[in-house]
Amino acid sequence: MFSVIRTMWYVLLHMFHKRVTVQYPEERPYLAPRYRGRIILSRDPDGGERCVACYLCAVACPVDCIALQATEDDGGRRYPEFFRINFSRCIFCGYCEDACPTYAIQLTPEFEMGEYQRSNLVYEKEDLLINGPGKYPGYNFWRVAGVRIGGKDKGEAENEGRPVDVRSLLP
Amino acid sequence: MTSPHPILSIAGILIGALSLAAGLIWLERRLLALWQDRYGPNRVGPFGLLQVLADMIKIFFKEDWIPPFADKAVFVGAPGVIVATVLLSFAVLPIAAGIIVCDLNIGLLFVLAMSSLGVYSVVLAGWSSDNKYALLGGLRAAAQMLSYEVFMGLSLMGVVLLAGSFDLTAIVEAQRHLWFVVPQVLGFVLFLIAGIAETRRLPFDLPEAESELIAGFHSEYSGMKFGMFFVGEYLGVILISSLITILFFGGWLGPVLPPIVWFLVKMLFFICFFILLRASLPRPRFDQLMSWGWKAMLPLALANLLATGAVALAWRK
Repeated sequence: MFSVIRTMWYVLLHMFHKRVTVQYPEERPYLAPRYRGRIILSRDPDGGERCVACYLCAVACPVDCIALQATEDDGGRRYPEFFRINFSRCIFCGYCEDACPTYAIQLTPEFEMGEYQRSNLVYEKEDLLINGPGKYPGYNFWRVAGVRIGGKDKGEAENEGRPVDVRSLLP
Repeated sequence: MTSPHPILSIAGILIGALSLAAGLIWLERRLLALWQDRYGPNRVGPFGLLQVLADMIKIFFKEDWIPPFADKAVFVGAPGVIVATVLLSFAVLPIAAGIIVCDLNIGLLFVLAMSSLGVYSVVLAGWSSDNKYALLGGLRAAAQMLSYEVFMGLSLMGVVLLAGSFDLTAIVEAQRHLWFVVPQVLGFVLFLIAGIAETRRLPFDLPEAESELIAGFHSEYSGMKFGMFFVGEYLGVILISSLITILFFGGWLGPVLPPIVWFLVKMLFFICFFILLRASLPRPRFDQLMSWGWKAMLPLALANLLATGAVALAWRK
């Protein structure tokens, strides 16, 4: 019987405690930079698309919400012809970001993506691409990869030696 | 027998009770939030007061579905019974001197009779739903309300003895010098516990225990029929709080402030107490509830009645 009254007293005292509610639209919670929110496609520091259309994100996606089609430009640089994320399916697991070999696909701390029509949740490439490099400012995949593309021959990448002429080594 | 302005009193008490019951939805949510370190509904209107209006609009436009397996006539009628019986009880409550619909000389008996009739609503709702959870809820309600009704009446007999009348106005007038809570403190505690059980509020909400019976007797109800049960429950809370005020805390009597304000202040205090109970106490097991009622409360009520009778008899000699 005493414990009942004591319980009620302690509950009553909660009147004077600090509220835990965050008054959301006016007051915003802190979201860590690595928060998994809206997905974006980032660009190289020189402005080119990072995505090389390797399909690894689409394969890693557990809900199959990523669709893309690879193509190549005249210089042999791969890029997605279209890149589509259906955010009404996306579960924001971040596996696509983990799978991406070029840091192209990234999750951001933005989460206010509400729409009245489901079809508006399908984001095309122009909706996904941003102008900056996102979380990896200095990284440029094509400048460190030993692949020949237009304007960069083999051996011209950063930290890359000249290609070895295999025949010149013959006796 | 009747008040000087019957129509005014009827309209005032009816509108007042119903709007207070609606306001309790907001009050309960805000107070529960307050005691759980939250804010509660604070967006619609000042302090979220218009939340009541939003809830009403929502519940009126909800689909009102009657299950095909239900006993339709009883199913539709049951929610009305509880609201009707509780509202009938309000007819004999003296809000202040002269503000009463019908000053019955057996007012207290009338209230007890009406609260007994209210059991039918719950039992019939559980029965006509033709759903095992609803039926279990109905059965629990019947057992609980019958056993708690017994000592609810007995706990009030001390007050009746001291006032010498069943008339609620006379009972209030008899407390001009001393509130009955002082000589009848045991009766007050017993009546409070019985009152919580009668309104099926936490911690005695076993008929609708969400964790065991989904929603008990109103599992199958939706829309405004469900709303009627809630209005009935909140009206019941107001009724029990008013009765406590009238029987033990001197009704409208009090210095300086106008009598009706005194009545409302005392009543609101007990309504808040009911909500505090809900915020703090867990629900007992059903067998604990039953043994409490029969093995502890009933003997205590009888002892209280005997002692009060003995003292009153000795006093008179």
